[in-house]
Amino acid sequence: MREATYNEQVTDGTMNIKETNPISHAVSEPHPHVHRDDIGSKLGMWLFLFTEILLFGGLFILYMAYRFQYSEAFHIAARDLNVNIGTLNTIILLTSSLTMALSIAAIQKGKRILSMTLIASTIAFAAAFMVNKYFEWGAKFAHGIYPGSSHLLEKEKGEIIFFGLYYSMTGLHGIHVMVGIILLSIMFVSVWRGKTNPDKFIILENSGLYWHLVDLIWIFLFPLFYLIH
Amino acid sequence: MTHQAHDNSYVSYLDYKGKHSGIWAWLLSTDHKRIGLMYLTGIMLFFVAGMSLGFVMKTEMLSRGETLVDAQTYNALFTLHGVIMIFLVIIPGIPAAFGNFFLPIQIGAKDVSFPRLNLFSFWLYMAGGVVALSSLFLQGGPIDTGWTFYVPYSLRTNTNVSLALLAAFLLGFSSILTGLNFITTVHRLRAPGMGFFRMPLFIWALYSTAWIQVIATPVIGITIVLVIVERLFSIGIFDPALGGDPILFQHLFWIYSHPAVYIMILPAMGVVSEIIPTFAKRTIFGYKAIAFSSLAIAFIGYFVWAHHMFTSGMSDLARIIFSLFTFLVAIPSGVKVFNWVATLYKGSIEPRVPFLFVMMFIFLFSIGGLTGLVLGNLATNIHTHGTYFVVAHFHYVMFGGTVIILFGALHYWFPKMFGRMYNEKVATVSVILIFIGFNGLYFTMFILGYMGMPRRYWDYLPEYQLLHTISAIGAYILIAGILLMLHNLWKALRKGPKAVQNPWGGVTLEWTVPSPPPLENFDEIPIITHGPYEFPEAKGVK
Repeated sequence: MREATYNEQVTDGTMNIKETNPISHAVSEPHPHVHRDDIGSKLGMWLFLFTEILLFGGLFILYMAYRFQYSEAFHIAARDLNVNIGTLNTIILLTSSLTMALSIAAIQKGKRILSMTLIASTIAFAAAFMVNKYFEWGAKFAHGIYPGSSHLLEKEKGEIIFFGLYYSMTGLHGIHVMVGIILLSIMFVSVWRGKTNPDKFIILENSGLYWHLVDLIWIFLFPLFYLIH
Repeated sequence: MTHQAHDNSYVSYLDYKGKHSGIWAWLLSTDHKRIGLMYLTGIMLFFVAGMSLGFVMKTEMLSRGETLVDAQTYNALFTLHGVIMIFLVIIPGIPAAFGNFFLPIQIGAKDVSFPRLNLFSFWLYMAGGVVALSSLFLQGGPIDTGWTFYVPYSLRTNTNVSLALLAAFLLGFSSILTGLNFITTVHRLRAPGMGFFRMPLFIWALYSTAWIQVIATPVIGITIVLVIVERLFSIGIFDPALGGDPILFQHLFWIYSHPAVYIMILPAMGVVSEIIPTFAKRTIFGYKAIAFSSLAIAFIGYFVWAHHMFTSGMSDLARIIFSLFTFLVAIPSGVKVFNWVATLYKGSIEPRVPFLFVMMFIFLFSIGGLTGLVLGNLATNIHTHGTYFVVAHFHYVMFGGTVIILFGALHYWFPKMFGRMYNEKVATVSVILIFIGFNGLYFTMFILGYMGMPRRYWDYLPEYQLLHTISAIGAYILIAGILLMLHNLWKALRKGPKAVQNPWGGVTLEWTVPSPPPLENFDEIPIITHGPYEFPEAKGVK
């Protein structure tokens, strides 16, 4: 059944896809490593994303436990965050998810240049996100709010934990954004050279899935740190 | 290793010449069999390293006071022994070595779904091993926290905690990628006709294990990263001085590390389910019950983690619930043991070497399992918590369970993997030595723990002298048995007689390909028409 939906999706793009049944391939191909299994690749990617969610899940559990323990201090500390920059970054990331999805649609329709343009704009949005993050963190540092700073250590324990979580969670997310920029740059080259083409775009789809996950995690980080007071 | 072509009609995976030559033909090979063999080599080397540390510890405990090492070195010894044995030997042990080698063959595939990712996992494993060992020699000194890295001590000690944690992170990542690869392979690459219920039970066990690897490991990943970050930047999350809660570390640690116990034992149970039908010449009793009990163990295993923390300070309600779930795990484990025994009933049993290992496993694992109930019970836990009783329990389960079956699997599949046969008489002697030494070493620890000997102590009171001496002698017998076993296998590897395709009369797919298997396993992908354990003789009886 999954295979049927997959093929539908592909034929919508009006091109021929090679046989995707891995077994018939394994028989006909002279070497096992040449075999191609797009559904398998996607399954692997979803499992990987699952582990990513659990990786952040540990942090979300800690957030929940500490929010429960220090609800008042969290309330006070959250007011130090800049909601405007947070909102701007949310808009940027959501838009980048759109351009990412469109770039996959473009390659399916065989529009190579359009796809490359859209990947490039996704990278540009990701970079803009990181620039904003830089200014945001820079301002915090200028006010003496960073882990281990004497100013922060004078504050209540709950506030120390709040900023500890803030820096770890947005920091880990930021690392994921940077990995995304590298990944998408590779995709750009791959489309440019024609390695990713209307017949074979599973890597671009998987990169897209990764990018949406990065976006999704931000969608949870944003209200937890910026909006809940 | 010099291997001639065993048969002119095919080139085995050992002799295959690819793009690269020399050592690179192995280190850059994406063939699942070569990767499995490389894992096996690494695992056995690390095992010998861990065993040597154990040897030094037991010798230190032979008599009271300082015998061989000082107290700080002893702390480092038990920590490294734990880190090496758990993260480098037992967790990758059966799935990475034998799983890689036999999973594709047993489901009738030519390789795993992502061969290059598989190689990458191996490199991560080696990187983790190198980092772990380098923490021994670099400035700061070897880590002394115990393998559980409990905060706040792991934040305060000046030893190389960050390096050891980085090693554990790399190894965890390797484990995740292997799990991801196996799940995808089982879903996508089964031979035509092999439905889920025609898969060998080893595959079921690997499949359940792979899910635990994927679901549980990321949690320890982030926990480890946070401890490293805490040490570097003092973010306060686990540091009580800054408002953090050390108990939360313990929760996150055991959310992974308890399911990890099932990452360790499930593949071993899978191997047992392979060996028993082969040597009883009888189809497995209760195939579906064993298959589902693997999944049940994987599932219930998530809800028992806090039984490691009964004395850490939790509400009574939480302790009662976790104790209850802990008892529940005994049910699917019992299902397996009873089905294995029922398979043997009226079977024509051939007690050859791999089967002897399985018998030893059932004996030792039953003791380990039953003493687990003593620890899972709240009242008795208070008495035995943090004593040698716990040490004895997990050695019976982990060593008597997983490592004994790692040896058993090695003897079962050795002729298939290398195309050579070992001396069965010498192997039997080593099995007997291991059995005697093992019980001498660890059973005394149950009594010591019950009498109140605390774990991790470097010295002890005079009343424990006799049992400690017996335990140390047991350790020497055990080590002698293991060395004899390794020597026997090494000799077989060099100049053992050639093995036939199917020395044990097994019926799963790996016995239908030559020994050692050709590069692509099958000339033609087999079409599966029946279950995995249908023996020709048994068909008539049915």
